[in-house]
Amino acid sequence: MTEQPDTFPRLLLQQARLRPARPAFREKDLGIWQTWTWAQVADEVRILACGLAALGFERGDRLAVIGDNRPRLYWAMMAAQALGGVPVPLYQDAVAVEMAFVLQDADVGFAVVEDQEQVDKLLEVLPQCPRLKHICFDDPRGLRHYRQTELTGFEDLRAAGREFARRSPGFFAGELEKGRPSDVAVILYTSGTTGHPKGVSQTHAAMIQTARVLVAFDGFVDKDEILCYLPMAWVGDFLYSYAQMHVAGLCLNCPESPDTVMTDLREIGPTYYFGPPRVYESILTQVMIRIEDAGWIKRRMFHGFMAVAKRAGMGILEGKSGIPLKDRLLYRLGEILVYGPLKNVLGMSRVRVAYTGGEAIGPDLFDFYRSIGINLKQLYGMTETCVTVCMHASGDVKLETVGPPMPGVEVRIADSGEVLVRSPGLMKEYHKRPDATREAIDAEGFFHTGDAGYFDAGGHLKIIDRAKDVGRLADGTLFAPKYLENKLKFFPYIKEAVCFGHGRDKVCAFINIDMAAIGNWAERRNLPYTGYADLASQSAVLDLVRECVEKANRDLAQDSTLANSQIQRFLVLHKELEADDGELTRTRKVRRRHIADKYAVLVDALYSDRTSCFVETQMRFEDGRSGTVSADLRIVEAKTFGAAAARKAA
Amino acid sequence: MTAGREIGRPILEIDGVSLAFGGVVALQGVSFDVREHEIRAIIGPNGAGKSSMLNVINGVYHPQQGTVAFKGRKRRNVDPHEAAQQGIARTFQNIALFRGMTVLDNIMTGRNLKMKSNFLQQAVYWGAAKREELEHRAKAEAVIDFLEIQHIRKTPVGRLPYGLQKRVELARALAAEPELLLLDEPMAGMNLEEKQDMSRFVLDVNDQMGTSIVLIEHDMSVVMDLSDRVVVLDYGRKIADGTPDEVRNDRGVIDAYLGVAH
Repeated sequence: MTEQPDTFPRLLLQQARLRPARPAFREKDLGIWQTWTWAQVADEVRILACGLAALGFERGDRLAVIGDNRPRLYWAMMAAQALGGVPVPLYQDAVAVEMAFVLQDADVGFAVVEDQEQVDKLLEVLPQCPRLKHICFDDPRGLRHYRQTELTGFEDLRAAGREFARRSPGFFAGELEKGRPSDVAVILYTSGTTGHPKGVSQTHAAMIQTARVLVAFDGFVDKDEILCYLPMAWVGDFLYSYAQMHVAGLCLNCPESPDTVMTDLREIGPTYYFGPPRVYESILTQVMIRIEDAGWIKRRMFHGFMAVAKRAGMGILEGKSGIPLKDRLLYRLGEILVYGPLKNVLGMSRVRVAYTGGEAIGPDLFDFYRSIGINLKQLYGMTETCVTVCMHASGDVKLETVGPPMPGVEVRIADSGEVLVRSPGLMKEYHKRPDATREAIDAEGFFHTGDAGYFDAGGHLKIIDRAKDVGRLADGTLFAPKYLENKLKFFPYIKEAVCFGHGRDKVCAFINIDMAAIGNWAERRNLPYTGYADLASQSAVLDLVRECVEKANRDLAQDSTLANSQIQRFLVLHKELEADDGELTRTRKVRRRHIADKYAVLVDALYSDRTSCFVETQMRFEDGRSGTVSADLRIVEAKTFGAAAARKAA
Repeated sequence: MTAGREIGRPILEIDGVSLAFGGVVALQGVSFDVREHEIRAIIGPNGAGKSSMLNVINGVYHPQQGTVAFKGRKRRNVDPHEAAQQGIARTFQNIALFRGMTVLDNIMTGRNLKMKSNFLQQAVYWGAAKREELEHRAKAEAVIDFLEIQHIRKTPVGRLPYGLQKRVELARALAAEPELLLLDEPMAGMNLEEKQDMSRFVLDVNDQMGTSIVLIEHDMSVVMDLSDRVVVLDYGRKIADGTPDEVRNDRGVIDAYLGVAH
């Protein structure tokens, strides 16, 4: 047996040898799916690598990659790795200042970007990033008049590459030879809830070993298809799209534009799907809205068969026995009439495995997908561990857990309740941050995740909150804000929630309504509204939200340790929490402390006995300008339940 | 895309055009020209004759006096159909799309003039007719890509918000690959963000395709930012003509807009 390739470029050449004519990439362009085979991709990457070399790219140089998921951007990453360089993918919606930090921190000298928007941002920060000498762009639109010497068009780069390859034909193979599995394969910046993002250096070995474990775990083959629509800067895309395609030889499909993902999903019909809970949530919300608007026959049919699915679907998916024959037959019929067509519309007919992770998923959401026969599983991990710490195995799936540790991964629970991980996929280091690295990885080689959790009886890991966020109320009750917020967010009408309570006598909350769901709700009731702020201040909407909060309270009352952390007062914010205003991270997690500081007036009002509060906020509009919005917010009291009352109600 | 955007010779020359409907005089001896690759704005208070001017250019109205010369060919009476064949496309102040048809189908109608196969051939959809259809579809897709409306390709126009409908109308006009594009208030009724998007598209069309553009617009900041030269009409007469800066400081224009103390 020959030795397995141990770096990404070697894997690429192996795939090109093994399956030269199989599709490696597809992209919808001008309304038609264009395909590139493995042989074509290997050739493109060779030309690109030579083009970069012609510009002066050397071993160890860093290449920033910025844009939506485009084949050419993936090829640029491959080309950089082939030359012994390190790709540094950046979040494409980051503002110029955020980019400047990463570009400086990673000493980026070269960038390959999608279009004019990204070029403009880089040119803006060029003075702060003296090392950045070359910017190559894919889409030339709007860039015809740009005269900056740093700019190179993609076609020019390829031409230079061909010329370079002609002059030194052995160069590419020679560079590939020099690659070592212990080389850094990619630097991924974590969004970071506090301070500047940290660059996580992952080696070829760590990524490839992790991908091999995953491919073996769910049996991926070269016929599998994935739609890559999540940011390239996120570890999930690098591992699940990029690393897995190299290992399994599967095909990556790039959407036409970020707005067409749903259509593209349907056309491609991927066999393997990954999304954070909010993506599954927005799909479900859209389905429910459409169903509510449908005729009564369709509506009755949908609800009727969904009840069957709820009863029997999950058992059937997991191959359990003891399901009545009648339900089995009804489910079969439902598959023909409802579940099948629904999965087809969602582009999930062919999905063998669907993953979710990053955050807790709501019970309704999880059950919905599993009951119509989509094998949705949860996983747990972070950039520093190549994700992959725990994962559900098909057939052993529980809502509240993230599954047992993956093969080769050791998980330990510290005395403080913090989850510690040691695995082959552990990062090499935080880039240029030995202090942070020492803090995160202890002497025994365990990475401190910062999450609090424990193992259940079945050996599944259960994560409750960030270890540092778990606090106590004044009376000593455990206060796990994220747990509460998730409970609220599981209601379709609530988009975001921020809970306060550490060191206080009661729990209070800020709430963001879901514009799509409540907007539709309002329209069906003929409630006029002009925009978010108006809708959020209407008393009918406040009542609706109060009912949700009270339902959550009733739920909490049943858990003796959390019964006292029921939400007593809340308000609906006058604007949506935005990453551009620093209120959410780029992966849309709430920055609780920042929000508490920014809206200190509102927090104080919640903990006083006032019934309303005036607030004025700076906000950044989508076009980059900023302005202020102000509103008079009403504070709503929610009913709480005694443990006994809740039991009676249940 | 062809390289464009070097302002060249006049492509459209309007000479002494007068238009009246019975006793109502809409235009009175108006003369101006539009040069190749130029963005030319027509502004003026309500009822100044701006839309009438566009209608004269693309042959909806026939002026009683004066001539219109497009690409050096003088003409007096021309039908909208002929104007379109010569390379003049337009959008309308009130959107004029087929509301029940999809965005793609609407844009394909913009290619209608360029289709050579006849009804029978198209019905059979074979050989030349099929090749032609594919070719036109590719052109339509290029426009869709250019205006970034891929996500609504298959959506019926009637279901779209107003701002997007305006963009689809521009797409249909562009599908005809015009040399002269007439835009009648392309940004009316839009919010700031939609206006900015539309402005960028107008500039991109002009820059990348080299299309000459005649633009009627009420939003002065848009006019001043976009156009190379501005014609000002008031009560059917031309009262000023020049660069945005010249027009902005023109006494007559200020009086027409702000009124004069008598």
